[in-house]
Amino acid sequence: MVNLSDSAEGPEGLKKNVFLTTIDNVYNWGRVRSMWPMAFGLACCAIEFMAMMAARFDLSRFGMEIIRASPRQADLMFVSGTVTKKMAPNIVRLYNQMAEPKYVLAVGACAISGGPFKEGYNVVSGIDKFLPVDVYVPGCPPTPEALLYGVMKVHEKVMGQSVRTAPWYKRDQLNEPLPMPVLGPDLYNPKDRDALKKLTAAKVEHG
Amino acid sequence: MADPTILTTAADSTLPFDDAVSGAVLEATPNGLVVAADKLLELATYLRDQQGYDYLSMVTSVDWPPYFEVVYYLYGVAKPKDLLVLKVRLPDKVNSVVPSLISIWPGADLQEREVYDMMGIRFAGHPNLRRILLWDGFQGWPLRKDYKESYYEEDTKPFKSRHPDGKHLWAEDRVPWKDNITYPVAWDPDLFTQPTVQYRKIMGVDAGGNGDGKDLKTERVLINMGPQHPSTHGVFRMVVAVEGEQVVGLEPEIGYLHRCHEKIGERNTYIMNIPFTDRLDYITSMSNNLGYVLAVEKLMGLEAPERADYIRVIMAEFTRIISHFIAVGFLFNDLGAYFTPALYGLRERELILDLFEAAAGSRMMCNYMRFGGVFADLPAGWVERARDLVWNRLPRVMEQFEDLLAGNEIFLARARGVGHLSAAEAIAYSMAGPMLRASGVPYDIRKVQPYSIYDRFEFDVCCRPEGDVWARFRVRMDEIYQSLRILKQALDGLPEGPIMPPGKRQYQIRVPAGEAYSRIEGPKGELGFYVVSDGKPNPYRYHVRAPTFINLTSLEKMCVGHKIADSVVILGAIDIVLGEVDR
Repeated sequence: MVNLSDSAEGPEGLKKNVFLTTIDNVYNWGRVRSMWPMAFGLACCAIEFMAMMAARFDLSRFGMEIIRASPRQADLMFVSGTVTKKMAPNIVRLYNQMAEPKYVLAVGACAISGGPFKEGYNVVSGIDKFLPVDVYVPGCPPTPEALLYGVMKVHEKVMGQSVRTAPWYKRDQLNEPLPMPVLGPDLYNPKDRDALKKLTAAKVEHG
Repeated sequence: MADPTILTTAADSTLPFDDAVSGAVLEATPNGLVVAADKLLELATYLRDQQGYDYLSMVTSVDWPPYFEVVYYLYGVAKPKDLLVLKVRLPDKVNSVVPSLISIWPGADLQEREVYDMMGIRFAGHPNLRRILLWDGFQGWPLRKDYKESYYEEDTKPFKSRHPDGKHLWAEDRVPWKDNITYPVAWDPDLFTQPTVQYRKIMGVDAGGNGDGKDLKTERVLINMGPQHPSTHGVFRMVVAVEGEQVVGLEPEIGYLHRCHEKIGERNTYIMNIPFTDRLDYITSMSNNLGYVLAVEKLMGLEAPERADYIRVIMAEFTRIISHFIAVGFLFNDLGAYFTPALYGLRERELILDLFEAAAGSRMMCNYMRFGGVFADLPAGWVERARDLVWNRLPRVMEQFEDLLAGNEIFLARARGVGHLSAAEAIAYSMAGPMLRASGVPYDIRKVQPYSIYDRFEFDVCCRPEGDVWARFRVRMDEIYQSLRILKQALDGLPEGPIMPPGKRQYQIRVPAGEAYSRIEGPKGELGFYVVSDGKPNPYRYHVRAPTFINLTSLEKMCVGHKIADSVVILGAIDIVLGEVDR
């Protein structure tokens, strides 16, 4: 941001009151300071998310205290906790229901990779098998400080984006909704259809 | 409030009830009575009506090589020290059926469904026997010993090597599917359609159909609340049938956070399970630690030194305060007091978590207790900080809570008379903790069957006769005062001394074969750990009696007849934590 008084030209009265900047800067600054997280708690990490919102860590310093229960009104999804197979379709649906631009923060070991519960028969090995994740915050659970750092990283990412190249303003680059996982005999990701059919046909049942 | 009268404990009841129900008990073992499956209903009725065993605490099952064993733990509210364990052995592993006890104890409902889900044992006469933690159509019965999950490596930990040839192998790379999935041979995703779920209890209600055609033609509608809903305290889902605004049927649908706690627990060694118990009810990790170590100590015949006992009690009572603050705060959240009371609760929680962090090294997942003691001694200055909280800060906060919340008119209007559960119903539904005491049953395990060193402290059992949401709120508030009372005594009496038994710390403990059930009065109710050992380094069977899971059984009973908005409040007053409900 540049103050006009730095340049030589212009009337004296205006010089101290007019600032020059880029559209991207102002626009992204506005987005960063009003980023609404979705009230979406999966497990333990959601409690630390609440701690981050509460008095001591105070997420509202960043204009982010408005926690929306509806995905349509939210900008940022904290996948805070263990993603189970039973829950995975719902998470993808919620993500699809969020309006662009949207960001995903994988909170904690479970959302990143399955964490301590990775070997469990009902646990997905990381939400990034289904959603594009912007920032990973490790920890079990991450402390509120670590979460705040993750939020700062999302902010950094947003500040680096440009209106001109952002895909969600381009008509021809509209995002298709992500394919919904299906609860069959096991969790089935439609993305893996071909590989899966090859293996089931080859009578592979267990590793 | 007067101390509850501990009723006389009967001497050993005459085993094995052969005079009353002949042929029911097949064998009397030290760990319980083996009962014939076809006589189970008769015996259970007799035990409830004639012998006073009116409280079905836990239903679970064990997969022994020759048979399945369904295990029932019975207590009597009026004779709390008596425990009766019934076991039904089912040698037919392919088609194992046992009569459902739901007609005698409705509290068996969700537990029997869980046994069915995990082991495939069918309960004849259960009205709604379908998968509960997993989804309909899931392949396999996970807690059977022959079940192998996709990332299966070996039956028990520690695994031989994660670094064959000096290189780390990802779980994903070891399995042909490159993911945590397994499919049956020749399964074709193109031909698959998901089966529709039959919500049997409320099936009479068709979405969009009309009611009985009286003056007001209100539509009956099925409403899905959750798993993403701000008032469900996590990923809980309930299917509610409403007529207008009135709830006419409700079915809880859980398992969205089923993290395979018990299967992982059976693969783990004993000590590896302690951090997993932290993540059961993630608000009360210290209490969970305590329950688990007490169960294993019972098996090992181990006793903690006195100082460790005191530290454990201090931690458990601080945990209770945190849990109740959060419960009360979020109850008001559900009522529409958007976040203010919850923020007050969370503010105090931070101060207590600071103490936990100083002692255990981690604020939330403390992983603090060990078999025979605690992990580390209290650091310098800890007791002073705790004293400051207990004597100065928390009583003031409680005054604030009382001023702000207890007399609030809106709260009284919405909580009084809502979600009523009578004492008899609460017992029949196996309710536990504040839910049971708010229905007028003065049943607190710290008093009726003291564990650790709770018999040394003076405190009252908080009990209310009303049985509604207001009473549940009040019981929790009163329990915070009682916790402060215990804390004062424990902090005053905290002795010096060792925190672990003498000798080198063992990571590979020896647990003799046998089984133990240890129950503690967790903040949310009777938290039980059922551990079966076969003498190996890993538990043969590991089951958690989760209080909030079983408290959910009565949700429909409490909600029917109320407005849909009240069902949110009723759920809030149960104070569920999904980590524990789904495990």
